[in-house]
Amino acid sequence: MVEKEHLIDLQHISKDFDGTTVLEDINLYIRKKEFVTLLGPSGCGKTTTLRIIGGFEYPTSGTLLFEGKNIVDIPPYKRKVNTIFQKYALFPHLNVYDNIAFGLKIAKMQREEIRRRVEKMLDLVNMNGYGKRSVDQLSGGQQQRVAIARALVNEPQVLLLDEPLGALDLKLRKDMQLELKRMQQALGITFLYVTHDQEEALTMSDTVVVMRDGHILQIGDPKSVYDEPANAFVADFIGESNIMRGTMVHDELVHFSGFDFPCVDAGFGQNQPVDVVVRPEDILIVGEDIGQISGTVQSVLFKGVHYEMMIDAGETVFKVHSTVMQPQGSRVGLNIVPYNIHIMKPMPVAVTEGGDDEQ
Amino acid sequence: MSQNLNMPPWVVWTLVALLFGFILFGILTVKRSNGIKRSFFASPYTLWMVLFTIVPCLLIAYYSFTDPNGAFTLDNFKNFWDSNYSVNQLYAQMGPEYSVLIQRGTVNIDILVYSLWMALLCTGICLALGYPAAYFMADRQIKIGSTLVVLFIIPMWMNFLLRTVAWMTLLEDQGLINTLLKFLGFHSAQLMYNDGAVLLGMVYNFLPFMVFPIYTSLTKMDSRLLEAAQDLGANHFHTFWRVTMPLSIPGVISGITMVFMPSVTTFFIPRILGGGNTMMFGDLIENRFLTEGNWNVGSALSLIMMILILISLSILRKADPEGEGGGIV
Repeated sequence: MVEKEHLIDLQHISKDFDGTTVLEDINLYIRKKEFVTLLGPSGCGKTTTLRIIGGFEYPTSGTLLFEGKNIVDIPPYKRKVNTIFQKYALFPHLNVYDNIAFGLKIAKMQREEIRRRVEKMLDLVNMNGYGKRSVDQLSGGQQQRVAIARALVNEPQVLLLDEPLGALDLKLRKDMQLELKRMQQALGITFLYVTHDQEEALTMSDTVVVMRDGHILQIGDPKSVYDEPANAFVADFIGESNIMRGTMVHDELVHFSGFDFPCVDAGFGQNQPVDVVVRPEDILIVGEDIGQISGTVQSVLFKGVHYEMMIDAGETVFKVHSTVMQPQGSRVGLNIVPYNIHIMKPMPVAVTEGGDDEQ
Repeated sequence: MSQNLNMPPWVVWTLVALLFGFILFGILTVKRSNGIKRSFFASPYTLWMVLFTIVPCLLIAYYSFTDPNGAFTLDNFKNFWDSNYSVNQLYAQMGPEYSVLIQRGTVNIDILVYSLWMALLCTGICLALGYPAAYFMADRQIKIGSTLVVLFIIPMWMNFLLRTVAWMTLLEDQGLINTLLKFLGFHSAQLMYNDGAVLLGMVYNFLPFMVFPIYTSLTKMDSRLLEAAQDLGANHFHTFWRVTMPLSIPGVISGITMVFMPSVTTFFIPRILGGGNTMMFGDLIENRFLTEGNWNVGSALSLIMMILILISLSILRKADPEGEGGGIV
């Protein structure tokens, strides 16, 4: 699907707002037909990055290339991108049809051609027969669809989406995630998606860009970002994690939580401090006597598909996900397979010990 | 003037009964709900409305359909249509040879048309001046916006009559502008006592009523809508024409209402700046009441004015059914 050719290049983009740095030296490329997600907590600069590409913010420094040409000075109305805004920003004085036709009318397209395209779009977003409705009469999900249609009808090369599903309920969100992905693949348009929802990012994207405090922490496909987080922050932000301070004893042996564990990582040097990340579903519960370590079940939570157990193993309390419940207070053994232990250079910022993902 | 108050007793009694009925209703409401309800606290306002709005309106209606003796008549309205009505009737009674002298007096109609025309001009000029002013005031990128708001508000702290009189010192023959013109070697100009001066006074006094509703509707507007328009390919002109302007229509309508209504009923300004050469409908009504002491014709004229305003209001309401612009009474 994704073509090799770069469509958008951000080179050394920085942005200050009244002396506060929001983005610092952002380097990122987006390929044709790629679905790229900017993921990060609020205030990480993801929306600002999107607005710079849309033309609504002017970068303090850096170059923004679109098909190889610098478009920093091009106003938004001349850019071949369209945006789906947070809370949609539909025109309240126009009905559904006129909202969608807005861009085409400005482009002075033939009336018949406009009608044909708008009808096609209404069809695509399953809103047939809604053309005459006022946008105030629509539900959140329907407004969302109109916003998508209004942007896509202009056949943009890139669609920018600023947390478009944020206002929808969980069920609708999941449906729309799949639908957006379907549209992106069917139309072959490049999507740049902004969200703070890691699950959304993993579900939809070809490439995930994890951001924090105006910096890019990691770029990769969903699987590699999940499986090989670049640092403890990424690990913590993407999915649930047990994050521990540890020491790399030597290649393929790491010490944390008071024990030595074989692992597959190498090249950190001997006796170097590292951060260790283990996903809760990667810890196997076994009999007390055959585990690498043993512990006591502190608490059990039912989470639907699995149980979430906090297991006290002396130095560390591990968060463990399993479909089999162990009663509270029971003694269990824990095994961690070497390739499920993720080792990374320590973050300059202190990391909370144990399975704490409330950040 | 008190001789005009000779209402037949039934009118007085109706009004008294109305007042007592209202007070009784208030007491009953309090009793029925076993104590003071929240709505009770609205009763001073209701009393005020009844005393100073509803009762005067009923009195105007009463006077306009009666003659000075309190008998029912439509003569007051015929008087409006034909200002020579009573003389003409006299001629008609004097015999057919006098009928050539019967000529309809068009003064009242002329003044009404002139007032409507002046009010329209004033509203148009206020809109043309006020919209750009409101637009710049609401533009967050323009730093002087808030200063402009203050500049528009400060004159409103002054008395309306005082502001109008102040224009005299600027415009009169020995006034500031003419003195300056003479000083620069030009001929002095006749700036006062013409329609232009009256219009200037009206625009000056009513301009804020146009600016502020539009300003409010523009500041209320979601700035993301403007971004969305630009995103969809609209340049600044298109964005204004297709988004900003349509969304500010409620404010414009509210502004038009708030300027047109006082404009059409203007009095005093024509007398001060027009020097009595011109008369507007408000002056005419004032004249009938205070100079001629003819309350019946004066009331008929007021009623016609009220009906005209009600009609124009309902037309404006149609254009802004939700009353979003606010300020429409």
